Amino acid sequence: MTLQAERVVWHRGGALVVDDVTLRPAPGTTVGLLGPNGSGKSSLLRLLGGTAKPDSGVVTLDGAELRSLTRRDIARAVAVVSQHADTDVDIRVRDVVRLGRIPHRDSFGTASATRDEEAVAEALRHTGLTDKADQRWDTLSGGERQRAHIARALAQEPRELLLDEPTNHLDIRHQLELLSLVSRLPVTSVIALHDLNLAATFCDEVIVLERGRAVAGGSPREVLTAELIARVYGVRARVGVDDRDRLTVLFEPGPLDESAELTPEDAPRPW
Amino acid sequence: MTTPVTDGAGSESRTSPGNTLRVVLLLVGGVVAVALSVGAAITLGPADVSLVNVRDVLLNHLGLADIPVRVVKDAIVWEERLPRALTAAAAGAGLGICGAVMQSLLRNPLADPFLLGISSGASTGAVVIGVLGVGGSVIGLSGGAFIGALLAFALVMLLARLAGGGTDRVILAGVASTQLFSALTSFVIFAFADADETRGVMFWLLGSLEGVRWDDVVLCAVVVAVGIALCLAYSHALDAFSFGDEIAASLGIAVARVRLGLLVLTALITATLVSVTGAIGFVGLVLPHAARFLFGPRHAALIPATALIGAVFMVWVDAVSRVAFQPTPLPVGVGTALVGVPAFVLILVRKRRAP
Repeated sequence: MTLQAERVVWHRGGALVVDDVTLRPAPGTTVGLLGPNGSGKSSLLRLLGGTAKPDSGVVTLDGAELRSLTRRDIARAVAVVSQHADTDVDIRVRDVVRLGRIPHRDSFGTASATRDEEAVAEALRHTGLTDKADQRWDTLSGGERQRAHIARALAQEPRELLLDEPTNHLDIRHQLELLSLVSRLPVTSVIALHDLNLAATFCDEVIVLERGRAVAGGSPREVLTAELIARVYGVRARVGVDDRDRLTVLFEPGPLDESAELTPEDAPRPW
Repeated sequence: MTTPVTDGAGSESRTSPGNTLRVVLLLVGGVVAVALSVGAAITLGPADVSLVNVRDVLLNHLGLADIPVRVVKDAIVWEERLPRALTAAAAGAGLGICGAVMQSLLRNPLADPFLLGISSGASTGAVVIGVLGVGGSVIGLSGGAFIGALLAFALVMLLARLAGGGTDRVILAGVASTQLFSALTSFVIFAFADADETRGVMFWLLGSLEGVRWDDVVLCAVVVAVGIALCLAYSHALDAFSFGDEIAASLGIAVARVRLGLLVLTALITATLVSVTGAIGFVGLVLPHAARFLFGPRHAALIPATALIGAVFMVWVDAVSRVAFQPTPLPVGVGTALVGVPAFVLILVRKRRAP
């Protein structure tokens, strides 16, 4: 029992953005949400985080309906790293990470101070930010900011971590570092991703969304096929397995109608 | 959460109890500074009053001593200058925290307590009572200002809600409402007021602590004290707004409810202060920034720091406005900007040089 979505539907501004999606991540796994822009990845994450309510269907946390829980109860189990979370406030990294302790305070803010400081120090260590703890937010690079957000989410000590395109704007090294960090954490993670190779490398399971509907789900190897990529993304791709038995996806520019030549994906083979 | 991670980063955390101690010391120093400022401000003015006189009068009235003081001096200190200095301190503290809270809630460094139409609504309410004489004897100028301020605020919240909520809609609704009520005020003045009434209203609009009495002191002090306590209780929620609504919600804050509650609180504080002192500008806009420069952005320190800086600042500005152009008093709203802007520029420049 963890965070689960059962047949959730959400209309946003009149448009159907999430259409009858069911998501049941196994505890401790890393689940990738894939799909083109506007396919409903961020919207599904907002439903899972409880910042939006589904029109029908339910999101449950340990079997309890999310809307029956207080925001603080949810925040003690579910942490969110959203896109575009920036600030003009002249705040230090340590104070950003401390924000993650807010759900653990009672209303007068008298939580255990030592427990808080331990969680903050550990989150900084996990994300390699210990040396930057006293640096100001506006001096951080894009990658450091993203890591600071993840540290803040870790300080929350969640069981579920929801990340919306966390690798955006990161260079390749930081993309790899960040996702290997997330996939090693003893939490259940749901990550919206654009990069199919990163998804294949780090996710135990992927769900592919298309116009709000889940059109495929399963292990990356089952799901990421040339046909599916052609159908959902409208892009020609070659899917194979490299000499170290890793799934790789290569893209071909050009129109789709030559897709007949593509590698049949049902049996991904070395090339 | 104990996954072993072998990033070579140093494991010792530089938590700084020294920092907390520094903040506490500065806050204690701030309280002392407010008390000393009030005492010193009382000695300024045409009638000669010494610090010893001030101490004697205070001890007498608190029933701690029975020291002979001339009746005139006693009246000047106890009936005139002390209530005035205390009201100035409360107004400075109140406007300061309202500005800090508004800037954090709306995530806009240009937000101030008057952004949501409160000062223009108050002035409309005041001129409707003062110039048109509607119900004047019952509620008075202050009552009219209070009602006008809250009506304007209610209009802003209604407009913002109709426009779909969100911080930018709140700000736009505030701008629209401020323009509307300013126009209404001007209309009433031009259409109905004579020269004396106009001058009186203008003076009031710029802010004035002339003739405040002990019941004003009590009203302002109680409202501001309750306001500071509530803002402190919500200081972590205010911190959570740093990265926007979505993150605040994910940190367990009931965003819509907390924001509405705190906006109503700041509106009530501001409306109360405006009804007593008129619209004193600058304090709520700039002093929270000064406090952030000195004490950092965490609201548990920022709220009391802003309150103390605001209190000291207003006590001195009011004292200077009172005596600078004797016998003509300067509207305190003029003084806040004349004294405050150079002070703020000094902080900006010094902060830039600091490493």
